[in-house]
Amino acid sequence: MTLSGTLRKVARSVLVVLLVTFMVVALLSLAPGSVATIILGPAATPESVAALNEELGLNDPVFVQYWDWLVNALHGDLGTSLLTDLPVTEMIADRLPVTLELALLAQVIALGIAVPLAVAAAARPGSVVDRFTSAIASASLSIPAFVAAPILVYFLALQLDLFPVSGWNDLSEGLGPNLESALLPAFAIALAEIAAFQRLLRTDLVSTLREDYIAAARAKGMSPSFVMMRHAFRPSSFSLITLLAISTGRLLGGTVIVETLFSLPGLGSLVVNSITARDVVVVQGVVAFIAVVYVALNTAVDLGYGLLDPRVRKEVKA
Amino acid sequence: MTQIDYLDQTGGALSEVVQSEPVVPVVRRKRSVSVGLSWSWLVLVVVLAALVPLLPVSDFDVAAGPPRTPPGFGNGLDLLLGTDNFGRSELSRILYGARVSLVVGLVAGTVAFVIGTFLGLLAGYFGRWVDAVITYVTDALLAFPPLILLLSISAVTKPSLFTLTVGLTILVIPSFVRLSRANTISWRSREFVRAARNMGATSPRIIRREILPNVLPTVASYLPLVIASLIVAEGSLSFLGLGIPAPTPSWGGMIAAGKDSLDDAAYLVLVPSVVVFLTVFALNQIGDSLRARFDRTASD
Repeated sequence: MTLSGTLRKVARSVLVVLLVTFMVVALLSLAPGSVATIILGPAATPESVAALNEELGLNDPVFVQYWDWLVNALHGDLGTSLLTDLPVTEMIADRLPVTLELALLAQVIALGIAVPLAVAAAARPGSVVDRFTSAIASASLSIPAFVAAPILVYFLALQLDLFPVSGWNDLSEGLGPNLESALLPAFAIALAEIAAFQRLLRTDLVSTLREDYIAAARAKGMSPSFVMMRHAFRPSSFSLITLLAISTGRLLGGTVIVETLFSLPGLGSLVVNSITARDVVVVQGVVAFIAVVYVALNTAVDLGYGLLDPRVRKEVKA
Repeated sequence: MTQIDYLDQTGGALSEVVQSEPVVPVVRRKRSVSVGLSWSWLVLVVVLAALVPLLPVSDFDVAAGPPRTPPGFGNGLDLLLGTDNFGRSELSRILYGARVSLVVGLVAGTVAFVIGTFLGLLAGYFGRWVDAVITYVTDALLAFPPLILLLSISAVTKPSLFTLTVGLTILVIPSFVRLSRANTISWRSREFVRAARNMGATSPRIIRREILPNVLPTVASYLPLVIASLIVAEGSLSFLGLGIPAPTPSWGGMIAAGKDSLDDAAYLVLVPSVVVFLTVFALNQIGDSLRARFDRTASD
């Protein structure tokens, strides 16, 4: 990729990040019960609210408020919680590992199941295996997390007693207990990912297997499994890698349901709890953080694409 | 019997080979069983949800029987799907919950479709700064994981049917903008558009008469898929307790309320779960079949 192309993409995502954070700050500064009333609690009088609003700069125009927020954020300060007085950055750092582990574990499970299924389906398009897996995939894409998670709990945790129903064991308590508490939630998250990955990889494999060089490899007498794994798999995996990166970013904010159901101390449950407690500053900080990470990941994927696939590199240069 | 069938078949095959005139096969639309079933399920849910006040079921907020009666026939319509922890009829709550899900999904989806298509047409047709502004705002909205965007909207609004619908509309406008913009760009440089322009047609007329009719079917074919995702989003919010406030029932709220009694009354979760799954699955099947017919980019 050319340097100017890279710069243009980076500049574009910086602009998107600015817009996103502005939306977050503007939206939450419109909050009906203002921050001051939350801080002062029931003892608030109109005069004390007005005084505190003035002190916190909440009477300033939204652009000024945003500028202040942005300057602080760039100095690593996302404000302090209205309830616990902890810095928001500290709260994020505290919760991020749980969400990250869930997301990564879910992706590993999803890949481990989706890739063999996709290869099996693509080996004989239209076969019983292919039709069966694609039917299952399209069905499981229609199962929302808030349906899948309780049902998995019912069958795997309550009926078969394989996993604990809820709760979280930190990695510091050892890998075994940690995985025991993380596997079921991760599987609940992975369910929809499996279907998406399987569909995408199957389609790409089928179209790669129609290429001339595959016919040549087969004509040379190479075994079907060798052709599949060494000739077809790598060039077919690029869209899967893209989807993988994008959906990992999406999962940072997409584990909310599962975190709430299993009462796991992650970013998602932090957002939900803060909304219920009307802790606007924390909501603002976490949402901005998630959105910025998501944009950054997408940009990185966009830029990294050329490194993976030589064909893209050439096209851009030409 | 089999003998005659066999003869008939070979006879048919032979005459086909002998035939010298070119045979133009009748284009037959594939009728899929699952799409048919999907339509039936949706019609059933919509009709029942619309008529529920007239049906012989009790209201959603009064006890209709003993608490936690498991589903079963023979106890009357009210107890067909069992009762919840307060003895309220699950069937009645499912149907009243369907009203919320369907109204929110349909209204938010349609409004977003209209606004998104319009903005996409403007962006795709005019390009330049119009395109830049619309695309940047779209990208920014798409930079939020969907549920997080909804959560931050619900952080500043009081949950009600109206705010929920507005939030969900904002959530899906970007998808329609992208679809409509991409389609507009591919039609805008076609010959008939240039011809119209050379004959002196104004931009509004070109957009309305030349481009819109071509863009509309493709974008509209995504509507069922979007409504499905909206029903999921509404369900997720209600599951988290941030959707329509109680006592109005909603599918997500019913699952959340039932999850604490999974151990001894699993049907409280299973019944609404099956209804949500069937509805979302039906909408997805219908959406896929419509897209296969109307979306040129999805044909391969």
